[in-house]
Amino acid sequence: MTTLPRTGRPLLAPYITGGIRPDWTEYLHEYVRNGADAIEIGLPFSDPILDGPTIQEASDTALRRGVTVRSILDEVAAIDAGVPLIAMTYYNLVHRDAAAFCRDLAAAGIHGLIVPDLPVDESAPLAAAAASAEVDLTLLVAPTTPAARLAEIAAASRGFVYAVSTMGTTGSSFAASGGRLATEVRELTALPVLLAFGIATHADAVTAARSADGVVIGAALMRRILDGCSPAELGAVLAGFRKALDEDGSDCVP
Amino acid sequence: MSAPTLPDLAGHFGRYGGRFVPEALIKALDELDAAYRSAKQDPEFQAQFQDLLLNYAGVPSLLYRATRLSEALGAEILLKREDLNHTGAHKVRNVLGQALLAKRMGKPRVIAETGAGQHGVASATAAALLDLECVVYMGETDTQRQALNVARMRMLGATVVPVTNGSRTLKDALNEALRDWVSTVETTHYLLGTAAGPHPFPELVRDFVGGIGVEARAQCLEQLGRLPDAVAACVGGGSNAIGIFHAFVPDEGVRLYGFEAGGDGVETGRHAASITGGSVGVLHGNRTYLLQDDDGQTIESHSISAGLDYPGVGPEHAWLHDTGRAVYEPVTDAEAMAAFQLLCRTEGIIPAIESSHALAGAAKIAPRLREELGRTPTIVINLSGRGDKDVHTAGAYFGILDQVETVVPGENT
Repeated sequence: MTTLPRTGRPLLAPYITGGIRPDWTEYLHEYVRNGADAIEIGLPFSDPILDGPTIQEASDTALRRGVTVRSILDEVAAIDAGVPLIAMTYYNLVHRDAAAFCRDLAAAGIHGLIVPDLPVDESAPLAAAAASAEVDLTLLVAPTTPAARLAEIAAASRGFVYAVSTMGTTGSSFAASGGRLATEVRELTALPVLLAFGIATHADAVTAARSADGVVIGAALMRRILDGCSPAELGAVLAGFRKALDEDGSDCVP
Repeated sequence: MSAPTLPDLAGHFGRYGGRFVPEALIKALDELDAAYRSAKQDPEFQAQFQDLLLNYAGVPSLLYRATRLSEALGAEILLKREDLNHTGAHKVRNVLGQALLAKRMGKPRVIAETGAGQHGVASATAAALLDLECVVYMGETDTQRQALNVARMRMLGATVVPVTNGSRTLKDALNEALRDWVSTVETTHYLLGTAAGPHPFPELVRDFVGGIGVEARAQCLEQLGRLPDAVAACVGGGSNAIGIFHAFVPDEGVRLYGFEAGGDGVETGRHAASITGGSVGVLHGNRTYLLQDDDGQTIESHSISAGLDYPGVGPEHAWLHDTGRAVYEPVTDAEAMAAFQLLCRTEGIIPAIESSHALAGAAKIAPRLREELGRTPTIVINLSGRGDKDVHTAGAYFGILDQVETVVPGENT
């Protein structure tokens, strides 16, 4: 299961598109060394409808390199990250044999799964497959999710709840509406609530972490990898987020 | 037959359909569903829709007995002349219905995806008529192949956004339209162009185009005194096919045939035949048949017909295929183009290359039906669109564009 650490400080979950570069797992190690509490690994899909230009480009880049779900999982299996790993991908890569897919994740040391095009209404078959493989299927909430549905999603989600900060794709601008959403969801569940989408600056991260248990940072990091940032350089970027969160989070309400 | 009562309340046609979209869109889809249910029951909305169809779009379309084509194919062929509708295809029915629905929901903006440009032109048309802002997403490759349709949309006041990611074709335009919708859903209706996508689109589009089959069925009874032996249509996303099939589904004696784009031949891998050459997957909001690799990555489709060049198919077709109520077969580019030429030469009608797949399919099933029935079969073909837009493609295919001789003044007189 993905038990996110209860550190008392805001959780920091950076994202990486699996296979974006031959040395992509080096970035993963740098994330761990620089304060990641969990890491989201994107399994690239040809038609990522919830991703903005940056993660689309990252996905295309990885797919053009010829990576597959199998090749990414093989690489992940060979490392010991030391923090929870969470796969993020689209339902078409999952559904054909959901039980085998979840077992393969678990065998590679990945115990969390996020499928952004799988709403709670269609999630029962995968939730069952994930549970029997000891993988947490984490569900998403959005700013337009009605209250009754928020409760349904919070109850069905495992590991944590993934709160999409803004009405938009990954890499959109961070919206303050996300804070209200996170606050509302935290009242419904004991699970941690992570805010995601559009968290690009230290200020975004700090603002988000004031109303959530932590943040996911995706496009802002992937942009740097696409622009040629080395693993060590990206590690330093993550360390900056860590520091900003810790300095602000010292007086945050648990 | 239970099929006409499908989908269920969550949009499932058996195991197909459903709603596989980001959470951010669920509320909008619920609102659309509620607005559609109320419009369906509202006599005023229905009267408005029927009035536009009758007085603006030129519907009901003719059911035309194609005598010379019948002789050539050895079957009694009736053409449902959707090519005569305003904007030149069945698609006007869907866009008028959805644009009225957008008005009803108080949404001032519509977005659409388009491949060949036909749905884009139809959307821009409905938006102009009903005073809606219109943005059309079109793969960059398609904007170049279909420059005239881009110009048409702009003339009608729409904004055309060339999509430069992925394969730069229809599926990427659809991806981009969905991304737009996630960000603008409060003010925008997504005017989806085919009977696919997340619930309630497959049902709603089917109902808006369903008049094709209702009319054809009544016209058959009036003109022939009986129902046809078979109904044939081309299938890309499948809106024209479901539009003509739906009214005939309970008529068990009427065979339903959907002809997919076989491209260079299904065996070559270069085709757009999702049912005959694909497998079950989840794309663009619904579970259906898709062209995909072993991992589930979408495979680029290939067809001479831009309107059929899509790696998926509407979920109701997937269901009709599995239940055996409809039969789906591929038609190659070459077969479709031969049928295109045959219709031009026998009936003086230039069909869309999409619709030519239905003509070619009818030519294939005619001898089979004749043998099975022991008499001349009667086949209704949905002539879903006209071929004006395809003149360049067909001209190049038949090598007749370069036959225009240079006229030097004074020498040829």
